[in-house]
Amino acid sequence: MKTGTTTTRVLGIFALMITAWVVVSAFFLTPADVVQGDSVRIMYAHVPTAWIAYLAFVTTAVASGLSLARKHRTLGFDRVAGASAEVGVLFMAMTLITGSLWGRLTWGTFWQWDPRLTTTLFLFVTYVGYLAIRRVDVDPVRRARRSSVIALLAVLEIPLVHFSVVLWRSLHQEASVLNTDGDVRLDDLMLFTLFSGVVAFTLIFVWLVVHRQRLAAMSDVERLVGLDAAITARRAESTVGGGGR
Amino acid sequence: MNAILAIARKDLRIEWRTRTLLARVVPFALLVLVLFAVALDSEPLLLRAAAGLVWLAMLFAAMLLVQRSFDVETADHALDSLLSFVSSPSKVFFGKALSMFVQLFALAVVLLGAAVVLYGARVDGDGVVLLVTVLITATIGLSVVGTLYGVVVANMSGRDSLLPLLALPVLAPLLIGAARATEAALGSDTIDLANGWAWVALLVTYAVVFGSAGAVAFAPLAQSDS
Amino acid sequence: MKDLGFILASWIITLGSIGVLAIMTLRRARELSSRIPDEHKPWV
Repeated sequence: MKTGTTTTRVLGIFALMITAWVVVSAFFLTPADVVQGDSVRIMYAHVPTAWIAYLAFVTTAVASGLSLARKHRTLGFDRVAGASAEVGVLFMAMTLITGSLWGRLTWGTFWQWDPRLTTTLFLFVTYVGYLAIRRVDVDPVRRARRSSVIALLAVLEIPLVHFSVVLWRSLHQEASVLNTDGDVRLDDLMLFTLFSGVVAFTLIFVWLVVHRQRLAAMSDVERLVGLDAAITARRAESTVGGGGR
Repeated sequence: MNAILAIARKDLRIEWRTRTLLARVVPFALLVLVLFAVALDSEPLLLRAAAGLVWLAMLFAAMLLVQRSFDVETADHALDSLLSFVSSPSKVFFGKALSMFVQLFALAVVLLGAAVVLYGARVDGDGVVLLVTVLITATIGLSVVGTLYGVVVANMSGRDSLLPLLALPVLAPLLIGAARATEAALGSDTIDLANGWAWVALLVTYAVVFGSAGAVAFAPLAQSDS
Repeated sequence: MKDLGFILASWIITLGSIGVLAIMTLRRARELSSRIPDEHKPWV
């Protein structure tokens, strides 16, 4: 058996079906937006990825808190936190890329130093660092404790970053040329497509986290088993060597 | 309190004997300021950017100092024995942060002096109080975050590249706040003194939040058992 | 459709990277699970 079970298979099929519907609707069924024109079609991919990215980091924070607070299943929660951060970093990268493509069409620039974008960028870099730390620790227990603390520190950091960037922008005296809100008026089908996108990506997120969490469990086992085997081999070697002499 | 002071004094004495700050970190930070000047190649631009460049150089220099401060502790498991001597691990945290603060504050004064000489920044009457307040609050924030992430990467392989990756994003609010407030204190067209004080409020919040977080988080991070 | 290139690029990047991550995950899972005995897999 691999990391799949009946539940994850059903989950995966649902995710694929809803994603297919979202793609069809985003490209062919929904109308172009009155203000944004066709570039609104990027939004059906962008908004759900952004939502998942933030959901992933909330999941990481909660799982890290549980990992630190609980006496048992510490490692399990930590693996969920790690898997969720991995998926979150990927989704955040996609959010930033699709967002800047959309920005190029709507604002005329790839990047705007507005609070939401800047906070998202720092959040992304922070969790890239979190994943880098996770790769270093070999011992799962030590990794769980250390990375949980770092994830909780990131929770403190993000509001401070956001607040400081808001203050930074509001005190900035250059007139803002562009309307960064990009308000959209959505009709029912557009709203439904967006909502389906969120559902589809949430299912994809759950599917990925479940699989990657099991993957992490297996590689932890492999590391421990490998260590055990090495120790046994070393012991056998030394007794054989000792007996022979 | 005594334990905190003793640890800070120990760190500063090591620093004084090895002269890392004087011999390496101060020259490095000054070099960064000179290189910025060469790269930007415009005097009005430099004057406008002076505050931001000083704090950027501070951040880079702090990374070096933090690594140095924990290299001392990881050799021979000195951190473990240090932790066993004090009643609470947070005392070790505050002691190390205090010695970091003393060194970084000295560095900040040197770098501001360099900005006056090299970039033509001017410190005048009204701005002095704000400037000193910013220097103290921002350096406290930098010291506690530096110490906190220093212990995270202590004992790790590849820590010299991990520390900036982890600490610099966390230091972003401090950089924004310190740079803007210093700019206000040095006299600027884009930001006035009152707004400068608004940034000091952010810097104080930052120092309090990460100071308390560091005191709590130091114990689980510093434990070396597994 | 106006700006089709940008719109297609956004979707291809999004769905493509999810797909790549999913395939990589499954392949690595297959590789690892052949080496790990079933008693270490509570989900089986």
